[in-house]
Amino acid sequence: MSAIKAKHQRLVLLVIALIALIGAGLLAAWALKNQAAYFYVPSDLVAHPPEAGRAVRLGGMVEKGSISHAADGVTVNFVVGDGKARVPVRFTGITPDLFVEGSGVVAEGRMEGQTFVADNLLAKHDEKYVPREMKDMTAQQAKQVVAETK
Amino acid sequence: MIAELGLAVLWMAAALAVLQLVAGVLALRPEGRQIAGLVRPVAVMQGVLVAAALAALITLFLTTDLSVKLVAENSHSMKPFIFKLAGTWGNHEGSMLLWVTIMAVAGGFVALIEKRLPENTLIATLAGQSFVSLGFYAFLLLSSNPFQRLPEPAPEGAGLNPLLQDIGLAFHPPTLYVGYVGLSIAFSFAVGALVTRDVGPAFARAMRPWVLGAWIFLTLGITAGSYWAYYTLGWGGWWFWDPVENASLMPWLAATALLHSCSVLASRNALKAWTVMLGVIAFSMSMVGTFLVRSGILTSVHAFAVDPERGSFILALLAIYIGGALTLFGLRASTVTEGARFSFVSREASLVFNNVMLCGILGIVLVGTLYPLLTEAMGVKVSVGPPYFNPVSAVFAIPMMLVMGVGPLLRWRQDSLDGKRAGRVTLPVGVCALLSAAVLLGVELMAPQIKLLPALGLAIAAGLAPASFLPLRGRNLRRTPLATWGMVFGHFGIAVALFGMASESAFSTERLAAMRPGDTQQVGPYTVKLEGIGPVAGPNWTALEATVSASYAGAAPAILHPQARTFSNPPGNRTESALKTRWNGQLYAVLGEEGEDSRWQMRFWWKPFVPMIWYGGALIAFGGLLALLGRVAADVRRLVATGKIAYRRSRKAQLGVGQ
Repeated sequence: MSAIKAKHQRLVLLVIALIALIGAGLLAAWALKNQAAYFYVPSDLVAHPPEAGRAVRLGGMVEKGSISHAADGVTVNFVVGDGKARVPVRFTGITPDLFVEGSGVVAEGRMEGQTFVADNLLAKHDEKYVPREMKDMTAQQAKQVVAETK
Repeated sequence: MIAELGLAVLWMAAALAVLQLVAGVLALRPEGRQIAGLVRPVAVMQGVLVAAALAALITLFLTTDLSVKLVAENSHSMKPFIFKLAGTWGNHEGSMLLWVTIMAVAGGFVALIEKRLPENTLIATLAGQSFVSLGFYAFLLLSSNPFQRLPEPAPEGAGLNPLLQDIGLAFHPPTLYVGYVGLSIAFSFAVGALVTRDVGPAFARAMRPWVLGAWIFLTLGITAGSYWAYYTLGWGGWWFWDPVENASLMPWLAATALLHSCSVLASRNALKAWTVMLGVIAFSMSMVGTFLVRSGILTSVHAFAVDPERGSFILALLAIYIGGALTLFGLRASTVTEGARFSFVSREASLVFNNVMLCGILGIVLVGTLYPLLTEAMGVKVSVGPPYFNPVSAVFAIPMMLVMGVGPLLRWRQDSLDGKRAGRVTLPVGVCALLSAAVLLGVELMAPQIKLLPALGLAIAAGLAPASFLPLRGRNLRRTPLATWGMVFGHFGIAVALFGMASESAFSTERLAAMRPGDTQQVGPYTVKLEGIGPVAGPNWTALEATVSASYAGAAPAILHPQARTFSNPPGNRTESALKTRWNGQLYAVLGEEGEDSRWQMRFWWKPFVPMIWYGGALIAFGGLLALLGRVAADVRRLVATGKIAYRRSRKAQLGVGQ
């Protein structure tokens, strides 16, 4: 508890600050490795399923004719596809305004068995606000459509 | 005509910024002394001119001049007045003009009133400020001209994004901008002090009111933004760790650290290099925030411009300013003299601890915000959310808040926790700590379902709230300086906000149901009944509105009107949640869509004590305001006193000459 020599005080402060910042960096790196939610398209999800219960995001197109409402009135089941694979999704809650069949969606949630249980749905809000992952998705789809019609 | 005038004035202001920079740099050389007198008036004039440019743009928006591209793309003649006004900065170009205006006006203000600093340091500061402004002038004039005309006037404007058509838009961006830009002044002071090698208490005292002011506005801006997101997004959350929110949190964290280290430098002449470094970091975080929000690298309601050219422009500015300042710091850090010493148990040491922890949180938030951008560049898409941010930032926030209870009681330089000081420090803090421990134990025993973080939050809030008043113990309350009151309120505000956050995540109850008119549901202590649903219309929207009667524990019911609004210009939808606030919490109601069987989706939350989050934020800002008033009043008294002394001396000298 004694006063430190002047020469050393700055050094001690510097070392403490560095240790704290490096600690923060290591902690962040470790936590990111465990906690970051990866973005999957349906074919990835089917080919390399994540561990059960791990938070991930699933992005794709809501397949036409797949939306069905459960009897409780607030649960909706639908299928998200990317042209190669299909994943059934269950969501309980109020769907976003522009959640419609044939449109893009990003679901946040986890796999439970063969079903993707979504906690949150992100749909296109308006022309200016598109979730980042979905912009590529529509471009991909567009390419596919072009390729198929050729 | 007004548009051309605005543009001309803006160019003139930019030219004055060049003059301010050149004159400032020359004035620092021995042969350039004569032009030193030019710098202050030029800075003031620059502020006046750019304010005129902003006034011109506001006029264009208020009169809905559709021959101007920006107005045609973002406004609409039928929009309510307040949104026409606020719509001026509800777009990329306008918001950048607002940024430059605040920056130049603040610079002019410094030039007008700052008398304490050595003239050289002030000139270096103003030159630094104009150097920063110049980048933004270039950005505005070369790549985002707000006054551009259309070849043909548009028949009607495209309107404003419905999410932005809220009273929040009138306050949230300007407050945050004042905060961001206030930090640019701190940055310029730091650069000025480095250039003239004059880092000392005078520098800290001159910088402190600006940091305090910026910090107050940032606090208010973040609090208002959080409440805005809470009631407009209809998700019931108040903080989403969205990159855009983080962009405003990071400068706040840095400014909080800077504020505290500034007071160490001002009172004790210690932590010199550290304070300068924080000044650079704080503004860098504002710039990083602007870059993240405005470059289009993130897609959100905040990112108006999805234009890669603008993104690279801001990135280049970021590199020049931060890189330049850090280089200057690297070159000059060794010439900053060693500060005064202090022991491990002292006010300084606790503030150093606070600073290091704040920087730790800042690092955590920064890494978490940039990580998805980095991985995406490598082709892997990830998103980082609350499971990362909450626990990892708590690792630093919890020790910081524990030390917050003790630090203000310690003496400068050296203190001890036993002997005579035990009764002043150890004992009262111990009582508060026991209170915390009792709350934690109580929560764990009575409600083991509550997760660890909310439980810790409740416990710390219970101890910190009384502890934040301890610095007043044994003082004459009338003679206690305003700055001390400010600290007490600020720290108490942290405890209040923490209580609100912890209680929201520990005790919220949610009910999601499909209801027919006449159905009732139970949510927390409330019984809610859907009375009916009908159409309503506003100035530029139509809506379906539910009438919900909510009765608290059997009392007379209150009526709530959640809406689902549809906007026509531009087309868009927005849910309008309805809130019923009581002293002990808030009922939150959202209307969803109609199901196939004519039942309506309704979502309700009962959130105990959730308004405490924003009351706490307001208290923190109020504490800052008290401290600012105290400091400014002290400065004014000092100015008046030195003025009187100088006057008497000159009188004496005159009389002496007369005799």
